[in-house]
Amino acid sequence: MIEGRTRLRLFTTDHRAVGVLYLLLALAAVTVGTFLSLLMRIHRVWPDTALPFFGVLKPEDYLALVTMHGTLMIFFVLTTAPQSGFANLVLPEQIGAREMAFPRINAAAFWLTVVAFLVLLAAFFVPKGAPISGWTSYPPLSAVPAAGPGQGAGMDVWLASIGIFCVASWLSSVNMLATILGERGAGMSWTRLPMTVWAWLVTSILTLLVFSVLLAAVILLFSDRHFGSSFFVPLGDMVNGRIVGRDDGSPLLWLHLFWFFGHPEVYIAVLPGMGLATSLLANFTRRPVPGYRVMAAMLIAIGLLGLVVWGHHMFVSGMNPYAGTAFALTTMAIAVPSTVEVLGWLAMLWGGGLRLKTPMLFTLGFLSFFIAGGLTGPILAQPALDTYLHNTFFVVAHFHLVMAMAGAFSLFAGVYYWFPLLAGRLMNEGLGKLHFWITVVAAYGTFFPMHLAGLAGEPRHYERLTGPVASFSGLLPLERGITYSAMLLASAQLLFLWNIFWSARRGAVAERNPWAATTLEWSPEKRLSRVNRGPYEYGANFGETDFCAQWEAVTKQE
Amino acid sequence: MMPAPVTLIDTARVAYMPPDGVLHGPAIDALMRWNLIALLVCFAAAHLWLIAAVLRRRKAAIPTPQSESQDADRLPKIFRWVLLGALCAMYVLMAITAQRLWAANRFEGPSLEAMQVEVVGQQFQWYFRYPGRDAVFGATQAEFANAAAGNPLGIDARDAQGADDMVSSVLVLPAGREVDLRLRSLDVIHGFFIPGMRLKQNAVPGLLLHVHFTPEVPGTYPILCSQVCGLGHARMEAQLRVVSPPEYEAWMVAHERAHVNRGGQ
Repeated sequence: MIEGRTRLRLFTTDHRAVGVLYLLLALAAVTVGTFLSLLMRIHRVWPDTALPFFGVLKPEDYLALVTMHGTLMIFFVLTTAPQSGFANLVLPEQIGAREMAFPRINAAAFWLTVVAFLVLLAAFFVPKGAPISGWTSYPPLSAVPAAGPGQGAGMDVWLASIGIFCVASWLSSVNMLATILGERGAGMSWTRLPMTVWAWLVTSILTLLVFSVLLAAVILLFSDRHFGSSFFVPLGDMVNGRIVGRDDGSPLLWLHLFWFFGHPEVYIAVLPGMGLATSLLANFTRRPVPGYRVMAAMLIAIGLLGLVVWGHHMFVSGMNPYAGTAFALTTMAIAVPSTVEVLGWLAMLWGGGLRLKTPMLFTLGFLSFFIAGGLTGPILAQPALDTYLHNTFFVVAHFHLVMAMAGAFSLFAGVYYWFPLLAGRLMNEGLGKLHFWITVVAAYGTFFPMHLAGLAGEPRHYERLTGPVASFSGLLPLERGITYSAMLLASAQLLFLWNIFWSARRGAVAERNPWAATTLEWSPEKRLSRVNRGPYEYGANFGETDFCAQWEAVTKQE
Repeated sequence: MMPAPVTLIDTARVAYMPPDGVLHGPAIDALMRWNLIALLVCFAAAHLWLIAAVLRRRKAAIPTPQSESQDADRLPKIFRWVLLGALCAMYVLMAITAQRLWAANRFEGPSLEAMQVEVVGQQFQWYFRYPGRDAVFGATQAEFANAAAGNPLGIDARDAQGADDMVSSVLVLPAGREVDLRLRSLDVIHGFFIPGMRLKQNAVPGLLLHVHFTPEVPGTYPILCSQVCGLGHARMEAQLRVVSPPEYEAWMVAHERAHVNRGGQ
């Protein structure tokens, strides 16, 4: 039994409580985001059905749903939970630190994120509703209030929310970076860091770099809207019958700034999952990580290369075609470290004999989605093919598999795995396995067929499948299947929520180290003298056990 | 273009790239096909591996500590290097083949004989401007744009070269002749997308962008908007009609006559 369960107090600076608060915030965001996506799915196949809160959707309502769904999921779920949520839960223990380097900054970062979240939701309630220009907010659509409903007050609210979010993630990553660099305990050398810590190190650096650029871009756009500047609006631009372009700005500048942030953002979302997968595979296969240094180096390589691939979002944007070639090559290059990671994980599975506990199942699910979504990367990296697939449902399928589903499955794996640390109890295995199997099948059922809709040429952001000239009504049966599957996917998550609430009170009482893990968050003592070994000493015969934890004395091995 | 399906087979038929009618189409389709097949094979192989791992039992003996052989059941290193090498070779091959095609389509401009048409996007409509017999587009000014007065693109009446410019809401092109499109947008970014021509290029306000292609197969092809541009995004559609050269000539003459009768711009 774990002593001193994590107590939840508001305005706490305790890192573990902050971690739980981040996860609760992500849970709120994912609930709203999923609800919005279901409304979209229903509208696509039954466009005349009245929906809760909205009635029969107008075209602009649909686009508002798309925008808010994307913004909520990317910023408030996939950026906060794997990085700030999980790192706050276990990072200080994993590196043998007593606390975060800056606990107050850390807590302030969380509360700023809450403010950003509430501001974002307010966009639904301002006159003319939420913005309609998608989470990428390309100008001039996002720069000119007359360009559409929601582009006035709604867009301002969106920009404010993202601006606050940038500052919050900045503060959070400064704290995390300082903690990893300065607070490691005695003996915790670089090669003894668990892979999760390597991932959080890389994502913290990425966050500092790219959120600064996003903040700058957001401020410039705000200035275009209110202070008469013209960074992104070209001369003579005429929206809705009025000339709005006063000076010669360039919409392409926004695309460059935004995607310089936007692509590394994908890695911020998925790298912590990769680190966690490595740790969990080692634990549940009872094997050390083959090529630990290579695996860590590849996380860094992905982070670095991730900073120079943004142009692959812009092959058809009007960017110079030679630049397209350059970005295509950097993007193909990033496939190499990703392949090394995947082969490393697959190699760990080679011997079989896996302990198929729920966290392991979700790790295997992560692996499956990472492979399924990652493999379409090389296709989209090629401008010759991307000119056909760009902004079709093929891309929607790609990033929902590799980022959303892989990300979500690593979140599930982490919650099932670390739950005993917080609650002193294990989550229910039967429910967990049921949750896994329904979710994995429904997730493939939802996102795999989208590849086909994309190949058929169906663009994103279409609120209906039939138009005056082109009709995608032939895809309706496919779309209906996707909608049913999405409903199943969403409702399966009720099992997960129920499991959390039930297990927190009635779950099997956990031992101090229920997964027989080696990393320090499972150590029985709060204070430890010195770390004497690497993070993944599994598999050999260490006396009674088949592992040697990082907190064990140096003599145990002899 | 896609009839309402009756069976699953009909759905399967429409759930892939529509037939293409453009000179560079077969090369793109072939590239797409081998890429999809190669990656599908990788996907299947990785998942067979996953399933096999789940089903395999652990070897009974617990190995002795501290020896390299403690992972007798670990995958031989050489195997991983070979796999990694093979996959990297595949990525290199993909990059080279795709870049050659990209270079062929985009690095060089159109031939000098290519006919020119201007494509202009505006919320939520595509306009196509033909330069007329002088083959030169007249100057435009945003201030003059007035769709109600028959001048949606703002052709400047003071420029004589614009007098014979014709604006159409349908893109009509002769089969077998290269076309150089110049893309503009009046307001926000639009995405000019003709699935049947395997062609996509954004129309960006403030920029004049060119793409060129040669339609080959006569027929009617939908033109879509692939970049969210506002509430009417999903209905921002137009038609490309590829016709035989004599038909094109006839359409052009009829169109010119109508243009002259209206008194030009």
